Amino acid sequence: MSYIEFLQDYGGRMVDGSLITLVQFVLATVVSVLVALTFGLMRLASNPAVKGFATVYVEIFRGTSLLVQLFWIFFVLPLFGITMDKFTAGFIAVGLNMGAYGAELVRGAILAVPKGQWEAAKAINMTPAQRMRRIILPQALVIMLPPWGNLVIEILKGTALVALISVTDLMFQARQINISTFLSVQTFGTALIIYYVFARFCVTPFMRAVERRMAFKIGRA
Amino acid sequence: MTTEDMSQYPLRLEGDNIPMVRFANVRKSYGALTVLDHLNLDIDMGEMVTIIGPSGSGKTTVLRMLMTLETINGGVIYVDGEPLTHMEKNGVLVPANPAHIRRIRSKIGMCFQHFNLFPHMTALQNCMEGPVQVLGMSKKEAEERSLELLDMVGMADKANQYPSRLSGGQQQRVAIARALAMRPKVMLFDEVTSALDPEVIGEVTNVIRKLVDAHSLTMLMVTHQMGFARDISDRVCFFHSGVIAEQGSPAELFGNPQNERTKQFLNAVLESN
Repeated sequence: MSYIEFLQDYGGRMVDGSLITLVQFVLATVVSVLVALTFGLMRLASNPAVKGFATVYVEIFRGTSLLVQLFWIFFVLPLFGITMDKFTAGFIAVGLNMGAYGAELVRGAILAVPKGQWEAAKAINMTPAQRMRRIILPQALVIMLPPWGNLVIEILKGTALVALISVTDLMFQARQINISTFLSVQTFGTALIIYYVFARFCVTPFMRAVERRMAFKIGRA
Repeated sequence: MTTEDMSQYPLRLEGDNIPMVRFANVRKSYGALTVLDHLNLDIDMGEMVTIIGPSGSGKTTVLRMLMTLETINGGVIYVDGEPLTHMEKNGVLVPANPAHIRRIRSKIGMCFQHFNLFPHMTALQNCMEGPVQVLGMSKKEAEERSLELLDMVGMADKANQYPSRLSGGQQQRVAIARALAMRPKVMLFDEVTSALDPEVIGEVTNVIRKLVDAHSLTMLMVTHQMGFARDISDRVCFFHSGVIAEQGSPAELFGNPQNERTKQFLNAVLESN
């Protein structure tokens, strides 16, 4: 079978899988941004209980395997009465895991904003919440965007694991096609190219554009 | 904060001639290092007081404590008759809560050595930020007022520029306008010319001169520009090792210093110039 024939026969399923991967990726990114922001700020809280909770969260989700977390959320949580469909469990697991890495990026970026900015905001009598929202976070965002570019690609690659709880994403379709055709080179080669094209020609240019836009907004471009 | 008999401090300053700012027995230390030792200093309404002294003498700390950027280890600071660092509870002064500090702090504005303009906002937005977000002013009113202030500091034509596009002197002038936009009663200037190239120092000192002439603001300034301090101050305080070693009118302090340390310091500064 030529590669053209392979694509004619199985291209449709690969496209279907790619769309699921895309949706999983977008939703997981949204979850991880929310988690990162929440736990990143909690890590900087002066209240030891809040800080401690966030530290434990980050340690657990960074320190254990994403695959094990995925299986926990899909197979173990139902035993405690928390049940999710496989699609939801997929992006939630990836989002929670990557959000833990993101929380450290948020924390580091906030700490990297010069001390003088905090003081200037205090000198115009802003509340702590106003200081964070209006002055510190916009500047921290510019600092954290380049490392977030890496993390977003990790999120994309991390979604491949959701195939293991039978979410019909690109990787799931590739495995199914491989089992029935044994055309491993064509199947996994195509999957490889699709992931690369997503990362290289969609995610990276998007993140670069956001970086440029933010740098312009902060007056550094 | 060390245990201290707080009943020695009045709950508020009363009388006809209360100072705009009073440091009463204020102490500040970092671990074993005492930066300010029982500082007692009154600054009258509308007075321009300059603090001079060698590095590490605690002069910047005075301003930072007044702006509540540093906590104090003892004593009380009063602003406009009310305690800033403390508040009344059951008839005695206790350390102030954040709401009380914010209420009193609204009377104080500060300009920093390194300007600290918000880099993600234009000059105009920098000036509008406090009035809109903190004072709850309408955007239109804040914009009008900010443009007036930018005009006063000679920066109206750069209102829509980001700080990264402005020179040091221009940034400092915007920073002065930003602080004034909050309508403070007391303005603090912390070595505002130290980070500037010599040729632009004049444009910032001219703005401060203008403020001294045209406003009834109370001002406290730390500077290394001795000529400038001499020209515009009502009173000059020489700090050394955490205490005011000598204070007086510019003519007295620069013309006929009494304290040996003051003489040494002024000689050293004059030689370096």
